[in-house]
Amino acid sequence: MLTNKRLILAHFWLAFIVFAVALVLGAWQMFVRSPLNAWHINPELYYRSVTAHGSAMGYVFPTLIAMGFGYAITEASLEKPLVGRSWAWAGFLLVAAGAVVAMVPVSLGLASVLYTFYPPMIGNPFYYIGVVMVVVGSWIWVALMSINFVAWKRENPGKPVPLAMFANVAGSLLWGWTAVGAALEILFQILPVALGLRSSIDAGLARVFFSWTLHAIVYFWLMPTYIAYYTIFPRAIGGRLYSDAMARISFILFVVVAMPIGVHHLFADPQVGAGFKFMHSVFTGLVALPTLLTVFTICASAEIASRLRGGRGAFGWIKALPWSNPIMLATALSLVMLGFGGAGGLINMSYQLDTTVHNTQWITGHFHLIFGGAIVIMYFAIAYDLWPHLTGRALESFGLMRTQLWLWFIGMIVTTFPWHYVGVLGMPRRMAFYDYANPAISPEAFSVAMSAVGGLILLISGALFLLVLVRGQLGARGEADAYRFAVPLHMPVRIPAALNSFGLWLALMVGLTVVNYGFPIAQLIALNETSVPAVYVGVGR
Amino acid sequence: MTDQSLFSLRNPWFSAGVGITGAIVVLSAVAGLIWLPLMQPDLKLVGIWDAICSAAGVPRAAGPGASIKPDFKTSNVEMTSEMLTQADQVSIGRGATLAQRCAICHGPQGVSDANSPNLAGQFAAVTYKELNDFKAGARVNVVMSPFAAAMTDQDMKDVAAYYAYLPRVPSKSLDTALPAPAIVATGAPMRNIPPCGSCHGDIDNKAGSPWLGGQSEVYIKAQLQAFASGGRRNDISQQMRNIARQMTSDEIDQAARYYAAQP
Repeated sequence: MLTNKRLILAHFWLAFIVFAVALVLGAWQMFVRSPLNAWHINPELYYRSVTAHGSAMGYVFPTLIAMGFGYAITEASLEKPLVGRSWAWAGFLLVAAGAVVAMVPVSLGLASVLYTFYPPMIGNPFYYIGVVMVVVGSWIWVALMSINFVAWKRENPGKPVPLAMFANVAGSLLWGWTAVGAALEILFQILPVALGLRSSIDAGLARVFFSWTLHAIVYFWLMPTYIAYYTIFPRAIGGRLYSDAMARISFILFVVVAMPIGVHHLFADPQVGAGFKFMHSVFTGLVALPTLLTVFTICASAEIASRLRGGRGAFGWIKALPWSNPIMLATALSLVMLGFGGAGGLINMSYQLDTTVHNTQWITGHFHLIFGGAIVIMYFAIAYDLWPHLTGRALESFGLMRTQLWLWFIGMIVTTFPWHYVGVLGMPRRMAFYDYANPAISPEAFSVAMSAVGGLILLISGALFLLVLVRGQLGARGEADAYRFAVPLHMPVRIPAALNSFGLWLALMVGLTVVNYGFPIAQLIALNETSVPAVYVGVGR
Repeated sequence: MTDQSLFSLRNPWFSAGVGITGAIVVLSAVAGLIWLPLMQPDLKLVGIWDAICSAAGVPRAAGPGASIKPDFKTSNVEMTSEMLTQADQVSIGRGATLAQRCAICHGPQGVSDANSPNLAGQFAAVTYKELNDFKAGARVNVVMSPFAAAMTDQDMKDVAAYYAYLPRVPSKSLDTALPAPAIVATGAPMRNIPPCGSCHGDIDNKAGSPWLGGQSEVYIKAQLQAFASGGRRNDISQQMRNIARQMTSDEIDQAARYYAAQP
């Protein structure tokens, strides 16, 4: 039962418009830094573009998807209108306004600090204020998800909360807590310097705060994808979810162990002790667990669907899956990219192996494969699945959808595999210019050119995606059924309180954060003379 | 099962959840903070508490003799981005009077053909730092050092403010059509040379980096050569020495010619 269709559509449309702009920038960046282009521009333009691309793709796009999808889940799974509709609109407007406030200084070249801020570089204060507005807007959503969750539980005592809603609230709570790190960094470290109240900054402490956000934010981006795996995919291919409890445990594990792991981004930083780096490394390894559980459950659910359709044999059932169904295709391609990306991630998280790839193009390849690939392709699937229910018009361009999904997959592989390779060769990331005539760099030239071609394929796929949605918006009106989520093989009737609430898991999440971050942060705050002069960018040119 | 009994040791979800999490924390802490550091002989640890402090990142005071004092004077100026960016009229006026003694080399309007730096429009922090370094002996020049020796801190600030106040005048060799050579536009990443413009204007300006447009070609070249040879070493953190040492003599010529032709 979707009553606030306008609200949900507004989130999705704004998300995809932001995505389209950032995608064009991304493809342009791939081209200008490749050997296909003789260097002719001011490198500042490149960093300006990277900042816009990263901020849009990292902060605005996935946040809007999570919010819009979250509202859809709330109404469809709880089968009642959203509580706090005007607050939801306020949150949306805050995110939209924040995106504009942040992007104006970036486009003027006043905040080319990249989306991860990189103190002691300091840009125009409005860039950071815009980012804070986006985060505060999303916190309204976080609060609304819990309010709706609690209200439903009060009205339905003893009943299990539908899985989609349970997972959705898990994602919102994870985001609510993990965004605190970046918020602390901006409010107490960066903004006072950007506003001119201080001229030096404790860059090490600021980076530790950012790492608090930086890794768990990926799991926040991942949540809609995993929710789609568990609650859309089995239904879309005509099967059932293999296990409801396993799904809940996976989401709970994300809530508990996704947080205390961010220091693996600081393996090369001197301000955190080696012992804490090791502890974060251990917990990073644990995050593989919910993903492995998920891959197992989703493959088992696919097998159920296939056997229902007459699939036979140990592997023969794979052939009997409904491959022409875009959701089937998207999920399979997503899992392939998740597999490669996850394997690369295991290298990044190990203290010793990381030293060979730290700050190389490998890292860029890794997060584009996971986020741009495995996660975003499921955002497409979510849009395809929800669109008819939101617009009241059928999406009929199935051939176009399949082409689009295949192109996205191919484009992402062609982009990121060469990146991984040149990273192993030692190509540094975050650089505008590479002198490919240099004998030490020339072996990387072909791979970089190849990845630029991948960028072009992604651009075409993105255009096709928007075309499908626009055609859907202009299509013939029809009656869509009520929006449903996948039904588990064994419908839960009564489940343990632990799998139906978050109190215990939130306590563990906060507890682990204190254990793994408490000492490093307290120590850096207590140490004197750890600040360095700020480097203001975009001034005095 | 109600929510009340969730936080109770009798609830298996609670005891298992907290127990397993706690066990992993303890195991990883023992391994990371005690066992692994003790396995490394290079750390020269004296017991468990030392291992914990070392692995937790508690800084240890360096012993005497750990740092090597340079056998030359280093700059004692601390640069910040906002340094001397707001000059008052009194300071500029005082500076104008004081600057009369500079005019013979630097020109009455801060521009001259004497192959000494053109100071008109130079950032105040830059002029101030160089005067300071001449006075302190971090930078040595037979002409400048005696001048600077007699100046007070306020004198230096005033002179710097006055020159910053003067408008930049295009040099005689102005040629904006001259294309930027590769060393200026892109640097040389493999030799750790950033583009000149990422500190000296055009792309960005970093604290303490002088404006180079319209400076004498001879002067720029001489300074780059001095940085490369170690004859000049008042660049904080050795940025310019590291860059100049890696530049070829052709690149030094190109960069000097390019900046001399800029406004």
